[in-house]
Amino acid sequence: MQIRVTVNGTVHDSDVEPRTLLVHYVREVLGLTGTNIGCDTSSCGACSLHLNGEAVKSCTVLAVQADGAEITTIEGMAAADGTMHPMQQAFMENHALQCGYCTPGMVMAATSLLKENPNPSEEEVRIGLEGNLCRCTGYHNIVQAVLAAAGGE
Amino acid sequence: MTMTDAATSANTVLGKRRLRKEDPALLTGEAKYTNDLNIPGALHLAVLRSPYAHARILSVDVSAALAMPGVVAAYSGADLVPLWAGPMPCAWPVTADMKNPAHSPLAVAKAAYVGDGVACVLATSDAAARDALEAIDVAYEPLPAVVDLEDALSDRVVIHDELGTNKSYTWDLKCEGAEGQVDRAFAEAAYTVSEHYVHQRLIPMAMEPRAVAAVPQPFGGDITLYSSTQVPHILKVMTAITLGIPEHQLRVVAPTVGGGFGAKLNVYAEELLCTALARKHKVPVRWNEERTENTQATIHGRAQRQHIELAADADGKLTAVRVRLLADMGAYLQLVTPGIPILGAFLYAGVYDLPVAYDFSCTSVFTTLTPTDAYRGAGRPEATYAIERAMDALASKIGIDPLELRKRNFIRKEQFPYLAFSGLTYDSGDHELAADKACELADYTGLRARQQAQNVEGATKRLGIGISSYFEMCGLAPSRVLASLNYSAGGWEAATVRVLPTNKIQVVTGTAPHGQGHETAWSMIVAEKMGVDPDDVDVLHSDTAIAPLGLDTYGSRSLPVGGVAVAMACDKVIDKAKKIAAHQLEANEDDLEFVAGSFSVKGSPDKAMPLAAIAFEAFTAHNLPDGLEPNLEAQVTYDPPNFSWPFGTHICVVEVDTETGDVEVLTYVAVDDCGNQVNPLIVDGQVHGGVVQGLAQALYEEAVFDEDGQPKATNLAEYLVPAASDVPSITLGHTITPSPTNPLGVKGIGEAGTIGAAPAVINAIVDALSGLGVTDMPMPASPQTVWKTIQSAQGAMK
Repeated sequence: MQIRVTVNGTVHDSDVEPRTLLVHYVREVLGLTGTNIGCDTSSCGACSLHLNGEAVKSCTVLAVQADGAEITTIEGMAAADGTMHPMQQAFMENHALQCGYCTPGMVMAATSLLKENPNPSEEEVRIGLEGNLCRCTGYHNIVQAVLAAAGGE
Repeated sequence: MTMTDAATSANTVLGKRRLRKEDPALLTGEAKYTNDLNIPGALHLAVLRSPYAHARILSVDVSAALAMPGVVAAYSGADLVPLWAGPMPCAWPVTADMKNPAHSPLAVAKAAYVGDGVACVLATSDAAARDALEAIDVAYEPLPAVVDLEDALSDRVVIHDELGTNKSYTWDLKCEGAEGQVDRAFAEAAYTVSEHYVHQRLIPMAMEPRAVAAVPQPFGGDITLYSSTQVPHILKVMTAITLGIPEHQLRVVAPTVGGGFGAKLNVYAEELLCTALARKHKVPVRWNEERTENTQATIHGRAQRQHIELAADADGKLTAVRVRLLADMGAYLQLVTPGIPILGAFLYAGVYDLPVAYDFSCTSVFTTLTPTDAYRGAGRPEATYAIERAMDALASKIGIDPLELRKRNFIRKEQFPYLAFSGLTYDSGDHELAADKACELADYTGLRARQQAQNVEGATKRLGIGISSYFEMCGLAPSRVLASLNYSAGGWEAATVRVLPTNKIQVVTGTAPHGQGHETAWSMIVAEKMGVDPDDVDVLHSDTAIAPLGLDTYGSRSLPVGGVAVAMACDKVIDKAKKIAAHQLEANEDDLEFVAGSFSVKGSPDKAMPLAAIAFEAFTAHNLPDGLEPNLEAQVTYDPPNFSWPFGTHICVVEVDTETGDVEVLTYVAVDDCGNQVNPLIVDGQVHGGVVQGLAQALYEEAVFDEDGQPKATNLAEYLVPAASDVPSITLGHTITPSPTNPLGVKGIGEAGTIGAAPAVINAIVDALSGLGVTDMPMPASPQTVWKTIQSAQGAMK
């Protein structure tokens, strides 16, 4: 099936199989491998990206459902001059990542969370991120990073 | 060799919180994990796995799979036998008579756990390969599963026919002079406790599942194996042996690796299959693990049953410790499976002063479950759990505060270095200081008062306080000690430090980071030593073509062995640079000092030569001392003289709802002492993550199997890796007791959190419920388990 999507500001026209998941489309067709796959049950959130401005787990969306949509992946978060997004910067400054595998999904979920709730409490951050699993950090510094990014915006 | 003691010098880089140089690539999607590699023309491997825990393989018919679209080849286990020069490797035959079953990358005669590979497909896409698995026809004769450890020991059903038994080995720790002492101590004890604990099976669950790609050069004969592994160097040696590949033609690369936790410290069937099939088919072969496969085909951890007995005198001073373990090896012995309980064998007296009377024995058995192996802490969380739970039981029996009992028994600061009953020397420690700091941070006295007020009769929200003091034997390891434990390799680590002509520095390390931040930490060590900016240091690792020597990352070894090797290589480079400086400054070497990256003549600071100038001189080689080789580079291989002995005290405060069984962690305080810290930012991160993994064992996680050996936790919806909303913030404190064992004064910190956490949490829950007759709590302490335990304790009291 023919789809047209705008990914990180670039328009792509692609012919995809109906069963292709959005995560496989961005990884394999567009070569944007920053979006990771960590499970097969939509539990881990590693594949989170922004679909029309909102974080979704891209393993739960078919590529054909994204026809006409605006998509932002982790590769599209930094500014054109290379300046990292404030959330990326907050993750770095708060050591909110170790192995980095959950990180792109976590950053996408966290930015979406702050869009909905610009000044969350610690508890709201923890609940807001419960769809994204991290095995390295124990979440402590991720929560701190999100709170810091909220304070800085 | 000159050694500057990092502990005593005025550091400008070491010990500072420095942001990680790894992060920008990881934060922007630039980092490439194995599955992100673009490998043109690669065939995709998919593995058909046994649906039975135990079954004879009667026949395998792959013909229908071969007819499927995109399929290039399909093989049974028997088809591939000619490809294996040796069995799947186990590098730790802990006893001379240890039983080790035949283990092939694909099972040939029998499948011995759900997930055991029995056939495989190569196809042009991952989807085509997986689709084709369904067309393979395997005839099985199902056999009874062996799930329970006592049942395994009974040999009711023998899993590996050729062994004639399910018992792999019995390993005893013989302590000189202990004979007879243990029995006497128990006979004469004022107090004894006898406790049984179960360490449930855990799934390590790194967020990146495993992935492998083997890329051959069919005409040159070389082959490159990319794998999401913690151990590229060990994998290279073992793959060469198992496949009969000339080792010099094999290159192993671990690209960015998304966590390991011990589970990627192994040699896996898929690594061997991809490599062997890439050579056979003369094309690249790749495989990526789905999460469901990961829960079955990647090793599990823990899975031990413990019986620990303590004897104490009238003051509560420990007089003897006796331990009997029954450990679950799973279906086969993987790389270091049999050694895991042994890594804990020395620590069942914990941080306490016990002169002689120690008696430890471990029996290990096969079951028809996924093989076990190293999982964060590997033997040491198990040991710490047993002694720390038993200390609480003893305190309860004596009727004193568990903190007081610990304080009476701590090895005192002045007793270090402490020669333990095992013959090992604990190099340093100050357990009382760490415990006091933890108590201060948690307000222990205030908590006890609050508890007394809250836990009145009939109270349904009960406060519990749990303490856990731990010792971690890590920094694996002195090679001679490993030899005495029958481990098949050494414990050294290699480093090369190379000053480039423009005074930028390359470090080549044999460690293989997968989240620990070695690039940042090693840069800081070099910067401190050489007087350069950490950003001018590049750390190369995890590629055997670039870093040919190394023993990789596990057992909290990277800093106390690998980082120390880097520091020592810097010293060697500085020694050589000094010769050049002396020559060019026309000064005596002994009159030179090296400060902030520059050599100067003591007393004449204007007569100086910066490292940058020396680096270029070493490169041009126009004017070097006679006989000195050009270039500025040194390699060190460091074999540590002792383990590293980090320690600490954790305090967990919980509130238990007796009506629902729900446990809420109110406060978690971790005070850890890992000696001198290179980068406190990274230390804190390691402790946070470690604590949450230990807490997750205590409260959430278990690899559940039914009586047929069928896994009930096969994905992240069923296996409860905690989310942010399931865990508390963590209050950290540190004490610093430098290690006298190495010149940096450092100790490992990767496993400490996990080692300290589970007993602190369970001690807190039992403490909360002690007024209700609860004396123990199985892990994981799910609401249902807590509620049932309360009910049964209440029933027993009536």
